[in-house]
Parts: sequence; C-alpha cells; structure tokens
Amino acid sequence: MPRLGDNMNNNCWAELAAVKKRFGKTVALDGVDMEVRHGELFALLGPNGAGKTTAISLLLGLRRPDAGSVRLFGKSPLEVEARRQIGVMMQEVALPPELRVRELIDLAASYYPAPLTPNAAMELTRTMPLAKRPYGRLSGGQKRQAQFAMAVVGRPKLLFLDEPTVGLDQQAREMVWAVLREVVRAGSSIVLTRHYLEEAEALADRVAVLAKGRVIASGTVSEMRAVVVRKRISCSSSLIAEDIGTWPGVESVRRDQQGLHIVTNNAEDVVRRLLAADGDLRELEVRRAGLAEAFAELTQEAA
Amino acid sequence: MTTTTWESDFTRGAKMPTGRFLRAYFTEAKYESVQMLRMPGFSIPFLLLPAALYLLFGVVLFGEALRSDPKSALFIFTGFDVMGVMGPGMFGFGITLAMEREQGLLALKRALPMPVGASLVAKMVMAMLFGVIVTATMFTAALTLGHLPLTGTQCVRLATVNALGALPFCALGLLLGTLTTARSSPAIINLLYLAMIYLSGFLIPLPKSIESIALASPAFYLDQLALSALGAPSYGAALTHMGVLAGVTLLPTALAIRRLARVG
Repeated sequence: MPRLGDNMNNNCWAELAAVKKRFGKTVALDGVDMEVRHGELFALLGPNGAGKTTAISLLLGLRRPDAGSVRLFGKSPLEVEARRQIGVMMQEVALPPELRVRELIDLAASYYPAPLTPNAAMELTRTMPLAKRPYGRLSGGQKRQAQFAMAVVGRPKLLFLDEPTVGLDQQAREMVWAVLREVVRAGSSIVLTRHYLEEAEALADRVAVLAKGRVIASGTVSEMRAVVVRKRISCSSSLIAEDIGTWPGVESVRRDQQGLHIVTNNAEDVVRRLLAADGDLRELEVRRAGLAEAFAELTQEAA
Repeated sequence: MTTTTWESDFTRGAKMPTGRFLRAYFTEAKYESVQMLRMPGFSIPFLLLPAALYLLFGVVLFGEALRSDPKSALFIFTGFDVMGVMGPGMFGFGITLAMEREQGLLALKRALPMPVGASLVAKMVMAMLFGVIVTATMFTAALTLGHLPLTGTQCVRLATVNALGALPFCALGLLLGTLTTARSSPAIINLLYLAMIYLSGFLIPLPKSIESIALASPAFYLDQLALSALGAPSYGAALTHMGVLAGVTLLPTALAIRRLARVG
C-alpha cells in the first residue's frame, strides 16, 4: 500500500513503499518496502541480481518505479532539491582520466549549496597526497578513495555507498569506516549496499536482506541474528555422522578434515548427548550463526 | 574530523543560492574544457589541424597562385576555418557523451545534484572555446604566412560566426552521442563529418551536376555565412543561413534531450 510524502514520518529520509520494477520479463523488485531513518547506518544486503542496484537507482531518481512510491526527503527523487541532500558513490563509474583528484572533488562540490572545501574533503578522507594526480593514473583503490571524497564533499544528509570498501587496503578501509562513524554521529544517514558482511555486521544499525526482488528479512543486526536461531557445533570426535543425524533437534551433520559440524536448533541437549556418547571428544565449539551465516541461509531459502 | 567540517545542523536548506548555481555551471564548463584540452588526441587535431592544412594548401602548395586570386584565397581560408569549427562540437559532444553514458558518469552526475543542463552547457562552452582558439590560429596563419588582407572588423565578424557556428554541430554531436555506443560513435561521427565537408563543396568544389546537394549539408550554410562575414561573395541570404543553422541546432537538441530523459 503506497504511502505518500505528506503523511510520511519526518524521521524517514528515504522510502520505498510497495515498489515494483521490472525490466522486460525480469522482475527486479517485487513489492519492496524499505525506509532509511534519520542518523542511521542502513545496510542493504543481497547477492548479485537481488535488486539492490535497482532499489538504489530508484532512490537516486535514475529510474522510475512501475508501481508503488519512492520518496527522498518527502519529495520525488527526480527533484534536484531532494538530491541536493545526498552524496553518492557508485561501484561502476569511469571518471574523466584527465582531471586531477582535487578538480573532481571541486566539481562535485559545485553541485551543493554548502559543501566542504575540496581541501577539507581531502583531509577528511586522507586523499590530500592524491590531490594533483590525474584520476587516470590512480590505482583501483585510490580511485575508490577519490570517489568517496566526492561523495562526502557536499556534506550530504544521506550518503549512498555501493560497496565502498571493495578494492581498498586495510588502512583505507579503516579511514572509510572512521569517516562513516563520524558522519552518522553528526546526524547524517548512510545507505550501504553490500554482498558480503563482516563490516556491515559491526557497523550497521539496521539491515535489510534482498533476494529475488523481495525484502526477505529486515531489522537490527541482533534481530537479524535471531531470525536464524540455529547454532553450529563443531568438534573432533569418532562418532558416526549418520547416527548423530537421527538425534532429535539435529538438522544436519557434516564431516570434513576439521571434524564434525552439526547444525541444530537445540544446542544444549545435543552437546550433552555428544559428551556422553564420546569421552574422547575434543575441540568442542558452539557458535551462534553469524549474520553472514544467517544471510546465506536466508538467501538460499528464497532461491 | 571536527564538527566544523561536518555540521550537524540540518536546518540548512537544500535551496541553491543563485551565486552557487551559476558557479556550478561555470565549474562544469571549466573542467569540461580543461579535460578536452588535456586530451592530446582531441586537442591537437582539432586545434592545430585546420591551420596546418590551410598553410599546406593555401600557402605552401598554392600560395603563389592564390596571391593573384583573392576570391579563391578567401574560399580556401573559410573552408578550413569551418572545418575547424565543426570538429570540436561534433566529436567533443558525440564521443564523450556516448562514453559518459556508457561508463556511468552521466548517471552519477544525474544522481548527484548537478544542475539540469550543466553538462550540456559545459560541452557547448567547450566547443565554442575550441572554435575561438581555432579562429585565433587561423587568423595568425592567414595574417602572417597567408598574407590575407583581413581587417579587424572582418576578424571580429568571423570570430562571432565561428563561436555561434559551433552550436549546430554541437547539437548534431549531442544527438549522435545519445544514439550511438562508445565504440561506434567515432566511426559514425567521422563518417558524417567527412560527408558533410565533402558535400558542402567548401574544400573541394562539387561537380556541377550534383552541386545542389550542398543545400542538404548544414556545413554549407556555415561556410556561406563565414564568407559573407568576410564580405566575400556567398550564396543566398545570411538570414536564411542563420535560420537553417538555428533549426539544425534546435531540432537535434530537442530530440536528444527527450531521448536522454527517457533512455539515459
């Protein structure tokens, strides 16, 4: 059910409501609801082809939905006034190789009413040493850093970052995360799209998982973890995997070179029984399924 | 980071003050021109080739003969001048636009709050700037080595024709840039560029039997306008030429903007 901007919560800075979008016969988004609130880091996760890019391009005003509504600061994203409050870093974009990094940042700054100076943006993103280098002579990681500086120079309220740390070395990654933390602390919001999860797990306030054009799960990181209550037990034991597979609460058992791996929704009982059955059992490990695992399971179920 | 760099006060509006708005257009035009000037494969042929060809044909090869034939001397001069004016618009617009569409730059700038039209205006300014530089090199060549007796008034009139004359070719480049892929655009634009130059008959006179085909080429009208700006005999009325060139500017621009808005 589409909601219109006039009754939209002021806290909600970007919203997709019941959005459908198809390309020819392919359904890219199939009734997606999503909102990004004031001052949060929102991670949109999903495998390639899940519809992440389509969802973002609708919010950026690059595409229009077939059905449903798309709002950016209560306005249509096609309005440039709405977009003056966003910064964007896209994954696949070729910037003019002849322009120097400072010039590209200056160009991006010119689009905004009250941007940072190029120097301030370069200090913030630690790209000052690249200032005079032509974009075409930068390494892949340096190009991403320059794009990141262009995304933040307008001091946007809402930053859209598509896989911002891909191709960055550890130091540059840490810079990106430090800046993002500051940006959120100062009250801006961030939308990240990612298909792998370690960093999102640590930083995101809320997560939505897209698969096959639908939001299959959304919530806080811990809510997401709770979606999958299963735990993983690993141990080194001589017990026979097929026998354990018949125990109550055991969903699957697998043996590899590291030992036995059991997935269960009742870890306590299974561990008790394991210890009772095998006095030589060693290297026992029980883990809550991490977001990465939750995510893998969720997206598999949708597939 | 300090709070002075990333202000957390979000009461500031999204309204763009007029000064910053104009600055956005200016900055876009500045970097478009800088970018094209730094691209030797683009700037050298388009800035120097017309003057170099003029010197070759108008001075080295036929200089002696042209000295006693001022009409032909002007004909050759304006021919290469018009060729120089056409190139930056058609290629600068066409090829870079096709590339920017394909490589995501146009999408990024549209997602960023680039003022609507800044990118197109910037490319137009770039083509006009190149037109003016071409004019300057042509004048230098003509006045020093070509011994053409051009007056100050003639120079100013031709420079004006050149700067505005770049626009219809920008429009053609714009339309081609929206229709072609980055791979195909150089070939297609070259074909049209060379065909227009040949069919206009301003460098190589056309055979009498097909002479009227020149009327179909926009370059013909610019050449006639350039000739009349220099006070040389030209075909038809200047007002007609301007009308045709204005039409060639507006129609492809409208088609291209429509297509960019729908297809991107």
